[in-house]
Amino acid sequence: MTLLTAILALVGLALIFGAILGFASIRYKVEGNPIVDQIDALLPQTQCGQCSYPGCKPYAEAIANGEKINKCPPGGESTINALADLLGVEPEPLDAEHGEESVTKVAVIREDECIGCTKCIQACPVDAILGAAKQMHTVIASECTGCDLCVEPCPVDCIDMVPVAPTVQTWSWEQPVTPAELVQAKNDNLIITDKGRGEAA
Amino acid sequence: MVDYLLILVSTILVNNFVLVQFLGLCPFMGVSNKLETAMGMSLATTFVLTLSSVCSYLTYEFILEPLDITYLKTISFILVIAVVVQFTEMFVRKASPVLYKVLGVFLPLITTNCAVLGVALLNIKKENDFIESVFYGFGAAVGFSLVLVLFAAMRERIAVSDVPVPFQGAAIGMITAGLMSLAFMGFTGLVTL
Repeated sequence: MTLLTAILALVGLALIFGAILGFASIRYKVEGNPIVDQIDALLPQTQCGQCSYPGCKPYAEAIANGEKINKCPPGGESTINALADLLGVEPEPLDAEHGEESVTKVAVIREDECIGCTKCIQACPVDAILGAAKQMHTVIASECTGCDLCVEPCPVDCIDMVPVAPTVQTWSWEQPVTPAELVQAKNDNLIITDKGRGEAA
Repeated sequence: MVDYLLILVSTILVNNFVLVQFLGLCPFMGVSNKLETAMGMSLATTFVLTLSSVCSYLTYEFILEPLDITYLKTISFILVIAVVVQFTEMFVRKASPVLYKVLGVFLPLITTNCAVLGVALLNIKKENDFIESVFYGFGAAVGFSLVLVLFAAMRERIAVSDVPVPFQGAAIGMITAGLMSLAFMGFTGLVTL
């Protein structure tokens, strides 16, 4: 009899809790996966596909499912560090297989050489190139993410990637030295400590 | 009132769950590498520990004891804790995405924190009443948060200091934890409950 009471009580308890959780999962349902949006917000949104995914959002989804965080050359080290911080993993150096980090660039079409083939328009992931067939094309600089994708298809090679000079709005102070960099600098003997003093003398 | 204050002092300092009773050591060593994550963990644990302390007390008082099946307390407390954690996670995720982001992965991890089950069982053992259970759970959580944040701050400093090679990494962490535990022994006898 006591055994039966015990079983019934536990089953009852489990049923009540199950009902509460079931209710909560419907009542407090959240659309989408918030972590994907958070990762997506950290990615540079160049939509360049250098990570081998079709865009930043698919790469964000892949990261949420366990993909490595070091495949984004446009974002570079700062993006990797931000992702590592968000996901609570160790930052890794940029995977050279997917390209190297470079300064922010913007595409510029040498307009007198443009033949109006529209190939760069089709290649642009963010619709930053304006133009029509047999008409001269031009780049909307504020929309261009500097992804390089339009350079390759151009049959007359009239697209240049020009580094963006810092303006009053975009200039920022350099980041202060982090403790991790201090350790690195110390290991490289850039900072004098007591450690090597005896050997040096 | 004085009783409740004494419970707080007792659980936070004298019978600190981590350093004196050695409960909840896994998150203590595991998430103390960065101060920020340690604070997230502390917040989440404080919330869950207080809530689960109350819920398990209610379960014991109104279900297990009347039915005379108190020997099932461990399994039913685990059930209660798991549900409280799950429910909290769902609620926080909906109600405050910012808080959910701060707590992050630590919320579900608390289910396996032995301090949570420890508090629930000790409440019964000490025959605490309802209000006492609340204070006991809250005090235990504050004590856990205190040492976790202190320890994380220390580990951040140790990470940049000149540690001898054999002691680097977890070893120096263990030694630090041991020294902290010794320091907390200084509170022994301050309050007896």
